[in-house]
Amino acid sequence: MSTVARPIPQARPGSGSRGGDRRRSLDRFGDAALRAVCGGAAALAVLVLVVIGFQVVKGASPAISQFGLGFVTDAEWQPNFEVFGAGTVLYGTLISSFFALLIGGPIAIAIGLYLSLLAPKGVRGVISPLVEMLAAIPSVILGFWGLVVLAPYAQKHFEPWLHDTLGFIPLFGEPQTTGSSVFTASLILTIMIVPIVASISRDLFLAVPREVQDGASALGATRWEVIRGVVLPSTTSGVIAASLLGLGRALGEAIAVAQVIGAGSEISANLFKTGDTLAARIANQFPGAITEMHKASLFYLGAILLAIGLVSNLTAQWIGKRFDYRRAIAR
Amino acid sequence: MTEMSEIAPPSWPARPPSAPPPVPTRVRIQGDTAADALAAGRRPSLAVESVFEVSDVSVFYGAKRALAGVSLRIPRSRITALIGPSGCGKSTFIRSLNRMNDSVPGFRLEGSVLYHGHDIYASKVDQVEVRRRIGMVFQKPNPFPKSIYDNVAWAPRNLGLRQGLDERVEQALRGAALWDEVKDRLKSSALGLSGGQQQRLCIARAIAIEPDVLLLDEPASALDPIATASIEELMHSLKGRFTIVIVTHNMQQAARVADGTAFFGLEAVGGKPTGTLIEYADTETIFGAPADPRTRDYVTGRFG
Amino acid sequence: MSESPFDPAAPLRPTGNLRRRRIVSHVAEYGSTAAAILAVGVLAIVVYTVLARGAGALSLDFLFKGEPDGIGPMLVGTAEIVAIGTLIAAPIGVLIAIYLTEFGGGRLSGFVRLTLDLINGLPSIIIGLFVFGLLVNHHKQSAVAAAVALAIIMLPIVARGIQEVLALVPDSMREASDALGVSRWRSVLTVILPSATGGILTATILAVARAAGETAPLILVDSVFDGKEVSLNPFEVVPNIPVKIFRLSEEANPEAITQAWGAGLVLLSFIMFAGLGARALLARSKARMAG
Repeated sequence: MSTVARPIPQARPGSGSRGGDRRRSLDRFGDAALRAVCGGAAALAVLVLVVIGFQVVKGASPAISQFGLGFVTDAEWQPNFEVFGAGTVLYGTLISSFFALLIGGPIAIAIGLYLSLLAPKGVRGVISPLVEMLAAIPSVILGFWGLVVLAPYAQKHFEPWLHDTLGFIPLFGEPQTTGSSVFTASLILTIMIVPIVASISRDLFLAVPREVQDGASALGATRWEVIRGVVLPSTTSGVIAASLLGLGRALGEAIAVAQVIGAGSEISANLFKTGDTLAARIANQFPGAITEMHKASLFYLGAILLAIGLVSNLTAQWIGKRFDYRRAIAR
Repeated sequence: MTEMSEIAPPSWPARPPSAPPPVPTRVRIQGDTAADALAAGRRPSLAVESVFEVSDVSVFYGAKRALAGVSLRIPRSRITALIGPSGCGKSTFIRSLNRMNDSVPGFRLEGSVLYHGHDIYASKVDQVEVRRRIGMVFQKPNPFPKSIYDNVAWAPRNLGLRQGLDERVEQALRGAALWDEVKDRLKSSALGLSGGQQQRLCIARAIAIEPDVLLLDEPASALDPIATASIEELMHSLKGRFTIVIVTHNMQQAARVADGTAFFGLEAVGGKPTGTLIEYADTETIFGAPADPRTRDYVTGRFG
Repeated sequence: MSESPFDPAAPLRPTGNLRRRRIVSHVAEYGSTAAAILAVGVLAIVVYTVLARGAGALSLDFLFKGEPDGIGPMLVGTAEIVAIGTLIAAPIGVLIAIYLTEFGGGRLSGFVRLTLDLINGLPSIIIGLFVFGLLVNHHKQSAVAAAVALAIIMLPIVARGIQEVLALVPDSMREASDALGVSRWRSVLTVILPSATGGILTATILAVARAAGETAPLILVDSVFDGKEVSLNPFEVVPNIPVKIFRLSEEANPEAITQAWGAGLVLLSFIMFAGLGARALLARSKARMAG
């Protein structure tokens, strides 16, 4: 929401003396200088983004030229033999993030509905900040909590229960000895996604005009019918965009995932096995990487992660801008 | 509860849906006999019963009183108009008839509103059921961002009235005098309609579930004169099927369309000017020979 | 049309399918409430755990001494890194915000906004890789590298936050300034910015709260330290809290675990208080702006 740029005011005529002349040229210079400096800062931001992309690709170039695009799907990652492939971690990234979105998305939307339409005013003022506080917990602390508290609990209670009831689905296979698993990582990612999607959804739902909801109520519709018939359909695109932003967060999370996912190196359908993600592998192996090819391969993982993250974020921006209720009215 | 002071009994006869006169006449028109009604396919109303009995109702928003001591009876199958200057509580009053004010923070109602003898503000009353029976059309058209068909079909679907839905939608759109204009584009977005068409769509939406009462809160005030005229046409054709209460700023509209008229004005209550009912009678009386000087000032001030 | 499907004079109890629909609606409402309670519950559990298990590790020794007794040097180091990062990010953020509100309004500023959003959404490990390649590769790890990484993370938060506050400054103030013949740069520096001080502070605090907890970039550019003594030289490795917690979490012994909880408690407390402070500041400056 920026103000429209206004023309720079001319110095008033008749402000008189030679001092006035000097002041006028100082003003013009000052205005131009301010514009230049501010524009330069803005250009710097764009430059940073571009340079980041450039540097990551440059760092990956030895691996790119060595392994080509096949790297993306190769599942072999053996630093000792200079064999690298992103397959396992790409799989782990996608499955943990999507699973987190699958669980976290509906929960977040429900929270968004609660905070916008269902909670009493006073309660809303308390719970909204609390949900946002969940997003403020640093990943290293959440990951540590996940490792020491959640993982053992999951291993003792969640995983066996899921295996017993839903074990016919390959996703819920045999639990392992520790709770460090793709499943636990997904739970941690869910905790990270929910506040983001919930806050944005809440704002979207609050923006649905009162009159349309009143119109629906006046037709003898229950609260839920008003939500299902009017509120949700008119905010669908926005909610999808919010979910993509949450997904982006999950895709890029390195530390918390590294702490709870167990650094596994196989692709398995079983969520309870250990796994690894693009970001977590970089965080785990980069400090100890000695050979250039190892480092370059980790950069290559970074490049893939950057690409996925940018696509997800850009899609979210595009969807978010193209469709919203007000535009629907103007159509 | 039964104290009704100086209110004309709601037995004024129904006016026939002929071309509305530009100036109210003083000729009394006889009402339907039961035979006439049956012949025309309408519910016979031998004794014109009241649908609403409002007793000494005051409305508060927090500490502020918006409406004071309103009592009146609204008769069945008639059009009752609520007129008066802005800010006198007409909208507040009509929204209190179907509990649409419940969502306004700080809303409190004193007194009683009886609908067919049942207090709609009693604790066991289901709000949703109240609104199913008492429908409302708002000042600004508020169609859903859906297709025309889905707008009208939405509430019937909720209510489980899925049999003959196409029929029902068509009848509703015909009833709202919109069918011919939209019958070829039922699947197109309702938001593409003009203001007048959107408002008729909202009326179609409301009548599609066949409510008992239709409340209209200044339905034509956001529309141009041509659209307004089409809404008025509609009122006459809807009258026999529904009890209609309409809030309007436009006195000519009330004079043309309503059987009974209630004039709301400001009165000092507890030191503050508060909206209240000043006079209520059949339309000829209100416009021709109003009892209260304030009513006379209002109706004559606007005419001519 | 068909017969009226209900008797209007019947008592106002649910008719037709309303009973079932009401149950569905209540289930949906309870579900939403449950989801909100779940979220608050998880927050409570995590905060409680950190509090309960971390309190035991807290002591003056813990806060002021170095390895192996305490995390003193790490606290100092984090403060230093975050301070340098703020010194880099805040001015640039202010300038960008001024650009967006005073000189913006074209396609270019839309592009800049998009850039800020994209940087905000970048995985922080990528930023770590970038700074590694830029400053650490062929050199060595340093606090400056860490600060640069944090500055990149902080920049969008600062810029967006200040831009929102500047946009709140009423145009009438700018017009009054114009009418007095005051040049743009003067009004920005002497009138507009000062009136947005609260918002600038808030945005900075929020950015600091975010940056203080960032671990991933630090793993790559500022992680090889022993933490025995305070180290202030920004061109060398400087011990810091997030990496310390991460390292501790990889060890299995109870000592390390307890220390990790303690460090986590200190970090979390700082972030929570910073967040609350920012929120309070925001409320106050919004009230002042409106009143």
